[in-house]
Amino acid sequence: MATIEQSEKRAPWVLLSPALVTIALLLVIPLMFIVVYSFWLRTSVGGVEAAFSFGNWQEALTDRFYRDILLSTIRIAAITTIVCAFVGYPVAYFVARARGVNRGFLLLLLMLPFWVSYIIRTMSWINILGVSGALNSLLLAVGVIDEPIQMLYNETTVILGLVHFLLPFMILNTYVSLDGIDRALEDAANSLGANPMQTFWEVTLPLSVPGLAAGGLLCFVLGAGTYITPVILGGPTDAMFANLVFEAIITQLDWPLGAVLSLMLLVVLGAVVLTYNRFMGLGQIAKGIG
Amino acid sequence: MDDTKRYERLREMYGNGDIGRRKFLGLLGAAGAAYGVQMPFGNMAFAQDVSQVRFDGWGGVVSEAFREKAFDPFTAKTGIEVVDGTFGSGDEYLARVKTAQEGEYNIAHLSGVFDYARYHNLGYSTALNTDNIPNLDLVIPKLVDVFRAVSGDALSCVPYDYGTTGLAYNRKYISDEEMKEQGARIMLNEKYKGKIGGWSDWRTRIWYGALQTDQDPNNIQDMDAVWDAIRTHRDLALKYWGSGAELMSLLAEEEIYVTEGWSGRIYALQEQGHDIGYYDPPNGFGWQECLFVIKGSPLGAVEELLNFMLAPETSIAVAEAQNYPPALDPSKVDLGSKIPTLPAFDPSGKLDGLTFANPDYWNGNEAEWSKMFGRVQKGY
Repeated sequence: MATIEQSEKRAPWVLLSPALVTIALLLVIPLMFIVVYSFWLRTSVGGVEAAFSFGNWQEALTDRFYRDILLSTIRIAAITTIVCAFVGYPVAYFVARARGVNRGFLLLLLMLPFWVSYIIRTMSWINILGVSGALNSLLLAVGVIDEPIQMLYNETTVILGLVHFLLPFMILNTYVSLDGIDRALEDAANSLGANPMQTFWEVTLPLSVPGLAAGGLLCFVLGAGTYITPVILGGPTDAMFANLVFEAIITQLDWPLGAVLSLMLLVVLGAVVLTYNRFMGLGQIAKGIG
Repeated sequence: MDDTKRYERLREMYGNGDIGRRKFLGLLGAAGAAYGVQMPFGNMAFAQDVSQVRFDGWGGVVSEAFREKAFDPFTAKTGIEVVDGTFGSGDEYLARVKTAQEGEYNIAHLSGVFDYARYHNLGYSTALNTDNIPNLDLVIPKLVDVFRAVSGDALSCVPYDYGTTGLAYNRKYISDEEMKEQGARIMLNEKYKGKIGGWSDWRTRIWYGALQTDQDPNNIQDMDAVWDAIRTHRDLALKYWGSGAELMSLLAEEEIYVTEGWSGRIYALQEQGHDIGYYDPPNGFGWQECLFVIKGSPLGAVEELLNFMLAPETSIAVAEAQNYPPALDPSKVDLGSKIPTLPAFDPSGKLDGLTFANPDYWNGNEAEWSKMFGRVQKGY
């Protein structure tokens, strides 16, 4: 009897062991390396010296420069998330209410962007918004403008690129939530005298909040950690926190400081995830991306 | 490749310390077994070490030139495959080398003596046997001497080409006269706000900041003035570019009218029919590129490749394709008709007209300046 109980207790761990080993090898151990690196020092020629110093942490936590870029990163990620929510919700609603072949086709369209490289998708905006891009050419051709408008290489185009990248995550999560709502509840609201708008505000929207929040979390975390979008679509001063990590590690060969900055971003984003988990639960995200 | 040559190469690798005694004996054993039982184990065992050489360069038209004019002919001649990769900057590549296993990366197309010095100081240099690279004698001596000075007479590279980072401008909007009159300061001209570009490389930004404040880039006295010039440029610039392809695209699409640019890339734009001018201001940024051999590389195969690449027919063909003058001495080698027309070409072979970055000076300030530039770039 005891043997069966022990076996039953062991079974989940046996089944989970490949995933646990993978996470340990590819996430936990590298993370430990980064923690150790954060206390080391950069040598004069760009190597690292094994030491135990809080200097890098002190610099990163007390220097206004890092704080400002971190806040700017959070602001850009938040704006991106809000835009994604406003743009993505109606699309998700429309897909969730579609029937038959249409729904499958619309879902296929939502998945299409994932088949094209993120970098290619980001660079495509240069051909659309550039001085000799499609939009300027169109406006010039119809006589709306006399000379091309400079639309690229600013914070707006960075946010635009991020929205383009992250919108499918928002739509898919919200769609899953909307699709799971029992339509009988909306019918009940209607039969009790609620008009369609009231039904939406009082029934549909509150019930779809978990999906909206899951999409928002994904958009925020992925947006705040982005590196390539500001490089391609940003101007000289449009940097995000991941760009600082890149510069510390690659340009300045200051791996210890780069480790500290990586951990700072990890802690901030981890806090956002934990807050979300406290109120919403991470299970909703699994539904959205599964 | 016959067995004797294969054995000699293996012995050479062992002698150079590129493979350990155990591996050397193991490979010999495998070759012996293969010979004894007429099976291909020996070839397979050895092929893993020297049938392939890794080369990393700048990508774009430069990589295409190397592939077409050098690597493919070399493979056809020797059977040794050259696997080429690309990098966006010397900094990025150095980070990759730091995290790699010894021998994973072999040859890099590095820019500037300061990069050579950095790699050497970090322990990634090796000692080439120049007797195996007879074509090195055809190279401009000044280009070789500066590398020897860094690595104590030994060489871990061969010079391959040189060029400048000068001012590139769209002649539809900026005349040659205006460019000559304003020089480097044209990039601080309010008139071109939003149409100015610049490389996101801290060295280039500081070099041009020095020129814009009338200072010697190799002996800057007023660094605050340089940072102010960089800030002014930043506020007027539309975009810092990060690659040759991006530079060419920004100029060709008229997103920007003026920027610094790499001489060979600007020549390529001119060849494509774009009306882009190129001007090297006084004390403009001259540089030389080398083929740097990283410690742990299979020296025999690498030296064979370097000698092949320095052969005049290969070197001239690559130079004509990538638009940078070769390191070959014009007084020793007839460089043909195109190369003398390339920007930065020095027919004397003395290179007295170019100003190169002093590696000690620039590497000595690297930690402080690269970090400070990261802040200034972001609005500080």
